Amino acid sequence: MTDSPNTVQAERARSRIAMAWDSDVAHSFRRSPVALISAAVTLLLILSAVFAPLIAPHDPFNPATLNLMNGFTPPGQANMFTGETFLLGTDDQGRDVFSTILYGLRISLFVGFAAVAFALILGVTLGLIAGYVGGWIDTVIMRIADVQLTFPAILVAMLIFGIAKGITPPEYRNEVAIWVLIIAIGLSDWVQFARVVRGATLVEKSKEYVQAARLIGRSPFAIMMRHILPNVLSPVLVIATISLALAIIAEATLSFLGVGAPPTEPSLGTLIRIGQGFLFSGEWWILFFPAGVLLALALAVNLLGDWLRDALNPRLR
Amino acid sequence: MALLEIENLTVEFPTRRQTFVAVKDAHLTVEPGQIHGLVGESGAGKSTIGAAVMGLLERPGRISGGIIRFRGEEISGLDAEAMQALRGKKISMIFQDPLTSLNPLFTVKQQLVETIQAHLGLSDADAEKRAVDLIDRVGIPNPAQRANQYPHQFSGGMRQRVVIALALCSEPDVIIADEPTTALDVSIQAQILDLIKELARERQVGVILITHDMGVIADTTDVVTVMYQGEVVESGPTAQVLGRPQHPYTKSLIAAVPRPTVKLHRFPLIAYGGRITGFAIEDLARSWPTDTSERGRALIEADGITKRFVSKAAILPSRREYFTAVDQAKFEIRQGEVFGLVGESGSGKSTIARMIAGLYPVDGGTVRYRGQDVTAGPMGVPDWYRREIQMIFQDPYSSLNPRMRVDAIVAEPAKHHGILAGDALKARVGELLDRVGLGAEAGLKYPHEFSGGQRQRISIARALATQPKFLICDEPTSALDVSIQAQILNILKDLQEHLNLTMLFISHDLPVVRQMCDRVGVMKDGVLVEVAETEALFADPQHAYTQHLLSLMPRLDGLSDEGLAVA
Repeated sequence: MTDSPNTVQAERARSRIAMAWDSDVAHSFRRSPVALISAAVTLLLILSAVFAPLIAPHDPFNPATLNLMNGFTPPGQANMFTGETFLLGTDDQGRDVFSTILYGLRISLFVGFAAVAFALILGVTLGLIAGYVGGWIDTVIMRIADVQLTFPAILVAMLIFGIAKGITPPEYRNEVAIWVLIIAIGLSDWVQFARVVRGATLVEKSKEYVQAARLIGRSPFAIMMRHILPNVLSPVLVIATISLALAIIAEATLSFLGVGAPPTEPSLGTLIRIGQGFLFSGEWWILFFPAGVLLALALAVNLLGDWLRDALNPRLR
Repeated sequence: MALLEIENLTVEFPTRRQTFVAVKDAHLTVEPGQIHGLVGESGAGKSTIGAAVMGLLERPGRISGGIIRFRGEEISGLDAEAMQALRGKKISMIFQDPLTSLNPLFTVKQQLVETIQAHLGLSDADAEKRAVDLIDRVGIPNPAQRANQYPHQFSGGMRQRVVIALALCSEPDVIIADEPTTALDVSIQAQILDLIKELARERQVGVILITHDMGVIADTTDVVTVMYQGEVVESGPTAQVLGRPQHPYTKSLIAAVPRPTVKLHRFPLIAYGGRITGFAIEDLARSWPTDTSERGRALIEADGITKRFVSKAAILPSRREYFTAVDQAKFEIRQGEVFGLVGESGSGKSTIARMIAGLYPVDGGTVRYRGQDVTAGPMGVPDWYRREIQMIFQDPYSSLNPRMRVDAIVAEPAKHHGILAGDALKARVGELLDRVGLGAEAGLKYPHEFSGGQRQRISIARALATQPKFLICDEPTSALDVSIQAQILNILKDLQEHLNLTMLFISHDLPVVRQMCDRVGVMKDGVLVEVAETEALFADPQHAYTQHLLSLMPRLDGLSDEGLAVA
């Protein structure tokens, strides 16, 4: 071997992309139509949410652009008063449904991702500590988790939301509503992360590389962060994906029940709540399109999570 | 006519990237009453042959060439249904792990009766009578009573007897035993092998005995076939193959087997397949700090160390129940020597190592290092002591963090202790990886890119990075193939000689201990029963348990001693 370490390093960095492309997970991804379609749908929805201001024909939050005369325009048809046409129709206040869906998707996805991130950080931290330290700390953390699991997650989220609403002054309520929503959903969802990470930590803890680190006197914090954490992350990735779908649905449920996103920042759930009032009076599109997008998003993310779980578990292959 | 004939057998496992040929053109015949040994290192294709005969190849494996004949009739082309009828009835199998091959929810008798009725169609009463007979025949005392017990009520050796009884249910003509004693302790191994020998003689059953252990081959088999990377390299009567091996691979394999009878200076390494990489320990000695302390003085003194584990937890300390893993062990390890600890699994050897390493706090007694008590502090062993000691672990697959790069793994101890940093640390890591025969560029890879033996070299490099005075080796080679074991043991001998390291060497393998250690302690059920100079212990064991252990050691008398240099 005459290669200097630098050229070897560069070569390895280049081949890492090739290796990732050639890896078994990537291969199973390319071979699975379900995974490909779900990934495409998810990506499309995320991109349209991110670029909503560029894509949306109207700004639904700017009252100056609204015309009440445009109210209840059916999709694809010209309004009988103004002659304007809207791709997916308009709601009672004349807002373009397509634009409100794009902006609603932004809120839904943001709350979903943030809530999962919060649940993940909390759950992984508590799971690592419970698994590694053990003893009464483990008992306390896992009993709290057990108690929380006896309530439906949505109930826990509503409870937290209610308490938070009670203690914030009324003038700030709308501003903090989104953040309260994130914390409420995140707190109702940390348990499964903690359980899985605790189990994986118990397995890793007994392995000899952890003994080797303890032998030289590394602190428990360093062992947890540097040695155990990277080795328990792959099941966390799977749970996070499936949790994302659940968090988006939880947000929609809360907003539908009127305790979630405020009407000033409508999420998909808020749009569905608004739309269901018109379902039986013939304006079906106000409910139908937001609900369809929510369904597509939740289903795509869920299927992606299912595929990831199978791909990362070699025993199922 | 031969009972079982395998001709030109080729087994392939087609995968996405390439087709892996697990067995290539293998020939093998088994006569009635004969025990045919199939020996080779991991990945040699021995178990694949067994699975192919049974029609139990795991997907995507397939027989792509050759013929398997049973009593002259071809069975390799049979469909699943016809094979099902043959399997278990005419040909049966004994697996490695007796715990997983029995159903824990049924009594031993129920499992036997079910199998007997499936094959022989006897009435309930006849089948039960036969089941009890079989249990008696495999040497389980009180057969009528024990038949009604569940698998968990049997010990490991007794369970393997039950598995053998199951294999005998249908009066098979051929038994394939795949590593039947690997999961068992030596004392039980000897009994199971005797039972297999007896069955072959009495009932004229042909046995294929698959193993990696030359001792088992030498003691048990009539004919042996040696495999290397899917190919048969040598075959013949056992005494002839082991005594006068012809093929260079067989020679290298036999030379690497640790001898129970003589102590060698180094294991002879006969290169085969380009697998031996140099280890330049002399160069390492130049930069090693010279140790001026006197040889033979006590370095470690363990004074009555005791470890208890909670076997029944309770909130009130008085209600807890304990299991004593190590009971008041007292010994010393002298400067510059290799001190061995032997014993069967569960005897407490590893627990002692972990107490000395500070991984387990002691529950009684003290450990002194150069006269200073290192176990008294409330925060575990002191840092200066951690800097002086290092440990090499048993399982090379779990002792390296799979998500860390090799250079970070090797650097971690020295970095943590603040001994080296920056470029100096980088240079030390590169040098160490080079000296253990991997080359400095190995540092850029991850552990999964290395084989078991290479990983153990990485472990050694990590242990040497802090330039320790005292090295604990906990079964450092028990997970390795015999030729790799010989290389690693040679490295450890070099280290000890050139760097004046003191070692605690733990093993269950008596021949290995004889090769490695200056003095040996024998453990039984947590008690240190005897400590003696190695040669004295092997020549004249004092304690009854030591005598018992030594009597179970495979003799390996017929093995060729080509290339051996006695110390």
